[in-house]
Amino acid sequence: MSEYLNDFASLFDQYDVLGAFWVNIRLTFFAAIGSMLLGSLVALMRISPIASLRLAGTGYVNLFRNTPLTIILVFLVLGVWSQLGINLSEDFARNFFLYAVVGLSLYHAAFVCEAIRSGVNTVPVGQAEAARAIGLSFLPAARLIVFPQALRGAITPLGNTLIALTKNTTVAAAASVTEISALMKTMIEFRPDVIIAVFLTVALGFVLLVVPVGLLTTWASRKLAVKR
Amino acid sequence: MRSSKPLGVAAMAAAAALTLTACGGGDSGGEGGGESTAGGSGESVRIGIKYDQPGLGYRDGDEYTGFDVDVAEYVAGELGYSEDQIEWVESPSANRENMLANDQVDMIFATYSITDARKETVDFAGPYFVAGQDLLVREDDSSIQGPEDLEGKNLCSVTGSTSAQKVKDDHPGANLVEQPGYADCLTALESGQVDAVTTDDIILAGLASTDANQGKFKVVGNTFSEERYGVGLPKGSDRCQAVNDAITKMIEEGAWEEAVTENTEGADYEYNRELNPPTPEPCA
Repeated sequence: MSEYLNDFASLFDQYDVLGAFWVNIRLTFFAAIGSMLLGSLVALMRISPIASLRLAGTGYVNLFRNTPLTIILVFLVLGVWSQLGINLSEDFARNFFLYAVVGLSLYHAAFVCEAIRSGVNTVPVGQAEAARAIGLSFLPAARLIVFPQALRGAITPLGNTLIALTKNTTVAAAASVTEISALMKTMIEFRPDVIIAVFLTVALGFVLLVVPVGLLTTWASRKLAVKR
Repeated sequence: MRSSKPLGVAAMAAAAALTLTACGGGDSGGEGGGESTAGGSGESVRIGIKYDQPGLGYRDGDEYTGFDVDVAEYVAGELGYSEDQIEWVESPSANRENMLANDQVDMIFATYSITDARKETVDFAGPYFVAGQDLLVREDDSSIQGPEDLEGKNLCSVTGSTSAQKVKDDHPGANLVEQPGYADCLTALESGQVDAVTTDDIILAGLASTDANQGKFKVVGNTFSEERYGVGLPKGSDRCQAVNDAITKMIEEGAWEEAVTENTEGADYEYNRELNPPTPEPCA
């Protein structure tokens, strides 16, 4: 048993496990920002009074929500990078990191959009009508009256999206990003003697990453929800 | 409205039950299939191969082709199994040790390099081939003659593979793209976004000799590692000696040479004659 533990400990000397998790955290951070911005924009389109924008927003959500994330990333790398030859960065490794951020953002923006839309549904119609009545046009009404309330009502679904995003960063291995699941493949290849411990380490790492997000969003959704 | 709730719950329960039974059914079906063949025509042997490596282990419908498959069939024949007693099982790299340890396969022929770390969990017979890490480049590219030319070049390999790790360790000046499979790498090589694909020479030869790729790529032929492909056996297996004898016989009979040539045809590939054909190591 102690020999197994020693073998297991040597894994951390041999491989940069924390560094790989750090890549996942950075992917989560940047993709969370990206998908939040894009998702808010699409949500705005979906609730806008202009029919063509609503249609485009609906199209976006249906396209990206129903396409597997792996396929989006493989398309970006094999299609956009490999075939079209588009580099997002001069730095070779950074290029793939950026592609992964773009892919994760595109995909999760669809879910962010739907989360925000569910938040918008918590805002009584009277609020929007009152905003229009005092002379605000669509965008100011959305920005000043509807969105602030909608976001506070959307904290729980947004938190779920963030949790899904955190776990989905493991798909970035398909885009040649050396994050934890890519490192896990390497460790399995070279250290099959501690394979179970490798799996448990990665699983535990994600539990440690994700549980706080869940607790935080539960707390925030209680604290910030608009009392009606 | 009121009745829809219990109905919904019942529907979900039913769906869950169905999913669960589907899982259970799948499992027992698989085992049952194995047992029935075993009972029907004497014993059968379950051999783990790759399904996605043309030239080595490749599944095309019901057909299994490649060098690993040919050696496996020969060895199984020597052990007393006819071809229809072989049950092919897909064994991806990450699952090989577990499949042997959990008795899901009897033997593995899947470009399985003999290493000390692996010997802790499984036994090896062989080697039946000594491959070496090499480079695959576009047919018209002569700028890369070996690993020393990789500085500043873009290189593709498979995530988590020995070859990828070796490039990272020994040639940090090369830009490495890690893809889920070698087919993805070939796409990038063909379009020019990477300059070379790296893995074991015989795998590269297999990839280059498929119908779709013939004439597009060439194996550089300057190997820079030694991968001794062994036959994976469960720890403590008593088959090692018999498998070694079969491999030796296959080499002596010339069937080995024939299998290598046939499976790498059209790739302009020469195996390393200093190391091949190999002499199997004595069984522990």
